[in-house]
Amino acid sequence: MEFFTHFGRYLIMLKGMFTKPENHKMYWKEFMHQCNDIGIRSLGIVSIISVFIGAVSAVQTAYQLVSPIIPKTTIAQIVRDTVILEFAPTLVCIVLAGVIGSKIASELGNMRVSEQIDALEIMGINTKSYLIMPKIAAALLTIPLLVVISMVLGIIGGRLAGTASGILSSDTFDRGLLQNFIPYNVFFALIKSYTFAFIISSVPAYYGYHVKGGALEIGRSSTKSVVVSCILLLFADYILTQLLLTPAAT
Amino acid sequence: MIEFKNIHKSFGENVVLTDVSHVMQTGSCNLIIGTSGSGKTVLQKCLVGLFEPDSGAIIYDGTSFTDMTEENRKELRQQIGMLFQGSALFDSMTVEQNVMFPLDMFSHMNHKEKQKRVNEVLARVNLEDANKKFPAEISGGMKKRVGIARAIVLNPKYLFCDEPNSGLDPQTSMVIDKLIYDITKEFNMTTVINTHDMNSVMEIGENILYMFEGKKEWTGNNEEIIFSKNERLNAFIFASKFLQDAKDMRMLEAKGIIADDRNMEEMLNNGEEIK
Repeated sequence: MEFFTHFGRYLIMLKGMFTKPENHKMYWKEFMHQCNDIGIRSLGIVSIISVFIGAVSAVQTAYQLVSPIIPKTTIAQIVRDTVILEFAPTLVCIVLAGVIGSKIASELGNMRVSEQIDALEIMGINTKSYLIMPKIAAALLTIPLLVVISMVLGIIGGRLAGTASGILSSDTFDRGLLQNFIPYNVFFALIKSYTFAFIISSVPAYYGYHVKGGALEIGRSSTKSVVVSCILLLFADYILTQLLLTPAAT
Repeated sequence: MIEFKNIHKSFGENVVLTDVSHVMQTGSCNLIIGTSGSGKTVLQKCLVGLFEPDSGAIIYDGTSFTDMTEENRKELRQQIGMLFQGSALFDSMTVEQNVMFPLDMFSHMNHKEKQKRVNEVLARVNLEDANKKFPAEISGGMKKRVGIARAIVLNPKYLFCDEPNSGLDPQTSMVIDKLIYDITKEFNMTTVINTHDMNSVMEIGENILYMFEGKKEWTGNNEEIIFSKNERLNAFIFASKFLQDAKDMRMLEAKGIIADDRNMEEMLNNGEEIK
């Protein structure tokens, strides 16, 4: 029953965002501010994670491919496809759910508890529209870009680790990268990243916006928002994979 | 003028307001007083539209607020300024940006004009040197003054203050009270103040509504409160022995049994006996 209450309030919150902005310039300013907060500030952690994910997947793939019949180029293919299909969109977004999600939930929660949201309402500002919509829009713009960067860096990481540890030469890796490349996989990864971007911005916004109480509740709602975002993200990952990849595989 | 009639409000089974009616006068400091949990904050939040009353009418200068569409309410809200208990300043903005925010959102002024207006209101609340400071860098009293500056920057017709003196020392409280009083008179605003500060009641209480357990218990002004026979009100306002003595003294002064500060000099000059 509680699930339906939350889901209903979540939908009402989303519906409430779509009103005419009081001042387009201020909304644009807030949107750019959020692009910086969500996108630029996450670039560091995304880069580090991506390079290491690619490197580890190259070494582990080489470790598992013990048969001499399988060509070394296969390592590059596996690194490329796992990074594009799963690691870049899903793993990066799970990390972002923690980084961005907790930030959004605690920021809005603090604004709610310290009556800043009430102050905006009294001024005649639609707070759902002014505070939440720019966050979701910024996430929808920047997170797919971060995922694309993550794909590139993941593959670079795999290449570096492969050549540095002597598993395969850079030429072999490059040849493998180009073999059996399916552009649809990138499209699929982008569909996932848009879906995940929406989840990891709107769910924490919901929990932060509806906080009641004090500092303790802000912390709780922040944690809860990250947990719920991660579960929804993995659930969406499975559904999208079933919908978009199963027909291609069968 | 803000008039509210037969306001009822409950949260589930918990009835908070029962049949509350009163008129808040223009150009006056209208105080809502009462113990914690008496419903004064809920009443004020109903008046500004943060809560919807279950029944009753709220009328702003002849226009029904309760029947307004959300768009019309938005327009009206631009004529409302509010000072919150915790000041509700935006943490990530400087004092200047906080005060400029309503201008950025709703005015068509250029940056120079906005800057001029911000400096004017900050000067009005005696905060000329704090423009570039963040809320975390200023004192509680200064935060309240920034809150007042932000509330009046759009020249509102209505000013709401929720516990403006909470957390302040008595001297700073009096400064804030005087500031609110002066601004109310200067801009002829309808000011509604929630408080349980005895000094505020006695200094600026021109129109007082005393709430008890969600109901209107007593109305009057700061002179009438001294002579009120309402036991609940007396128990609330003159809670300590010191305040009870002060009240007794004031009553004796009023009856001419003892001289008060104001006419003592005159009586001495006239050679009258001072009891």
